[in-house]
Amino acid sequence: MPQDDLKIGVFICECGTNIAGSVDVDKLVEDAKNFGNVVYTAKNRYMCSEPGQAEIKNAIKEQKLDRVIIAACSPRMHEPTFRECVSSVGMNPYLVDMANIREQCSWVHMGMREAATQKAKDITKAYVARARYLAAQDETEILVEKATLIIGGGIAGMQSALDLADAGYQVYLVEKEPALGGIMAQLAKTFPTMDCAI
Amino acid sequence: MMDVGRHPNIKLLTYSKVESIHGYVGNFQVKVLKKARYVNENECTACGDCAEVCPVVVPDEYQQGLSSRKAIYIPFPQAVPSASLIDMESCLGTNPIACGKCAEKCDKKCIDYDAKDETIEFKVGTVIVATGMDVFDPTILEEYGYTKYENVVTSMEFERLLSAGGPSDGHFIRPTDRQRPKTVGFVQCVGSRCEKIGKPYCSNICCMNTIKDTLLLKDHYPDIQAKVFYIDIRAFGKGFEDLFNRSKEAGVQYIRGIPGEITEDPKTRNLRVMVEDTTSNKIEDHEFDMMVLSIGVTPRLDMPEVQKLLTLSKTPDGFFMEAHPKLKPVDAPSMGIYFAGCAEAPKDVKDSVTQASAAAARAETLLSAGKVKLEAITSTLNTDLCHYCASCARVCPYGAFTVDPKKKTISYVEALCKGCGTCAAECRFGALTMKHFTDEQIITQIDAHLEENPHDKVIVFACNWCSYAGADTCGGARLQYPPNQRLIRTMCSGRVDEKFVLHAFKKGAPMVVVSGCHYVDCHYIDANRWTQKRVEKLWDKLEKWGIRPERLLLEWISAAEGQRFQKTMQDIEELRKKVTKDEIEHTVKVITEEEEKRKKK
Repeated sequence: MPQDDLKIGVFICECGTNIAGSVDVDKLVEDAKNFGNVVYTAKNRYMCSEPGQAEIKNAIKEQKLDRVIIAACSPRMHEPTFRECVSSVGMNPYLVDMANIREQCSWVHMGMREAATQKAKDITKAYVARARYLAAQDETEILVEKATLIIGGGIAGMQSALDLADAGYQVYLVEKEPALGGIMAQLAKTFPTMDCAI
Repeated sequence: MMDVGRHPNIKLLTYSKVESIHGYVGNFQVKVLKKARYVNENECTACGDCAEVCPVVVPDEYQQGLSSRKAIYIPFPQAVPSASLIDMESCLGTNPIACGKCAEKCDKKCIDYDAKDETIEFKVGTVIVATGMDVFDPTILEEYGYTKYENVVTSMEFERLLSAGGPSDGHFIRPTDRQRPKTVGFVQCVGSRCEKIGKPYCSNICCMNTIKDTLLLKDHYPDIQAKVFYIDIRAFGKGFEDLFNRSKEAGVQYIRGIPGEITEDPKTRNLRVMVEDTTSNKIEDHEFDMMVLSIGVTPRLDMPEVQKLLTLSKTPDGFFMEAHPKLKPVDAPSMGIYFAGCAEAPKDVKDSVTQASAAAARAETLLSAGKVKLEAITSTLNTDLCHYCASCARVCPYGAFTVDPKKKTISYVEALCKGCGTCAAECRFGALTMKHFTDEQIITQIDAHLEENPHDKVIVFACNWCSYAGADTCGGARLQYPPNQRLIRTMCSGRVDEKFVLHAFKKGAPMVVVSGCHYVDCHYIDANRWTQKRVEKLWDKLEKWGIRPERLLLEWISAAEGQRFQKTMQDIEELRKKVTKDEIEHTVKVITEEEEKRKKK
């Protein structure tokens, strides 16, 4: 069920000119004020920067926000950043969501300011609507087996193996051929040192 | 290599193959098949007595087939492990009448013809993929006459001919008359930067490798004449320009132009090329005793095996795809998996070592923390609503459900759930809810997108790992497309419920797209097979209802396929324009009626 008494904050990133170059961010801020349950809106040159994150944290505390929508780049880029950001002031990391208005909007509709702004509005609105259904989630913490499998015993595999083994971790190095060395072992000499490869 | 072989923390498994990897970050179950060497690796002293008596002679792979080895052999003198092995395909056999000479000769009795392959199982927290590269086989480029003319060699063969441990003991000779060549020509970009053979990328190492080769030649034989034919010389690394200058100062001639063809003088076995020098626009004619094809780097042929083990993706050039080209160049998209060396892209030794240390450091970040948080995106079951139809058990790629329709029991192990959401899409009774991607959350997104001017908009469902990432790749490359598309992210295309698609049509969307990973790339084993089945069923349903099925598209777009995403969006816009308002109104009416009918039932 949607929660109707929620307080949602919308934070819009200009990303320098990456977003602001194609999307009218001021208009987007004004539009966002009219989305359901939105009680706070802000824009920042770089939302992921320290001042940008500080603005989010302050608003969560001062405005007692329940949900945060960040209209910025792809969540594949900065979702961990903003999850960490809201967690640090006690908000569950699953109550922040990112509306991707850069990779999937401003960067692909350059020179179409009106249409790009409309699309950014729709994307942000959809995430605000979704926010009303978001629920806190608990992440499970699992133990990490202190060993690494390395597939390939060429120069790269060997270097990784030595680094990890020297650090005290168990390494399983699997090589298909009967001996280590890979392609590099076949080279007479290697650049830039012009010395033996083996 | 020796350091690796004797390190107490490294379990070295050579002549081995990873058979299966199950699990996830922190807890991978690995099964490795260690092939029998037929020689006790720990006892063998690599004395070589066995090889001396072995009567079988086969081409030596290490020497690029330029010399021979025996059926029992040590791959190369410095090999680690320092032990012989028997190539059973060439060995005459275990029957002492057939041969058995090596076993007879071995004082330490290391040879065991009955040795068996061994399966080794262990658990690891992280995986580093360092599977390396193959080199381009220039045989298909008939114009260069490789394998037709013996004095045309590849740069790999040239390495062996120049090596002190090579087939000619470091004496540089040409294959036909075993004489030292006086003139050597190098052709660059063989199998690189060539669209016509599907290798459009730069192999990164060949320019410097040739510069190195010319310097070695000039150091050994100052009188040798060396000429290099190139497109442009890419000497971009630290100290590289110095080497290039040294090569030019040593008298190596660099000619900007790639020969169209190599021909042979049958008498002298010398090679001739015609080339246009693009700096002077003159056609030149050159003759050489020997020619070296500077061959490019290609993805390993056996890459699909490793790709399947770990559900990795590839970039269009065929190398493994990193999580982010700039910020996560060492990580695979799935947690706990990292790349080192040429598996990710062509690299020289220095860059391979750099990335390998980076991969080790990335792995160590998890190993030293000792724990990792997993995303809380799984399905939850409400048994009160369950009708025990077992559709969840049928579609779950991880076997998380056990249902007995007769006894009316269901068991669900949430720890096995990886969060594709296919079960929630298949469940007709609302008993399964996928956290963070619930029906309400997705439907409300559709509503919001279609609130204003729905007739202009295309709703695109995109899976997190491939299609959504492909849209990001498209954006990263600034590939433009019409602004009418509205994208909704799900973890897997398997999550896209029939009702989402119908809801979008009911709200006035002219077109709907369901997009996911290509079949083999699905990050949830084969959940996208159910996507396909569901969409096919929907096409039938739409047709039955008098709605053009062409308005629902199923597209497979990988994370690397930014261009494909762009093209798809452009094509869809053309299709969208053909959907009339009357058609949309009819669709809304039909779906509303059908829903009413279903409710009454």
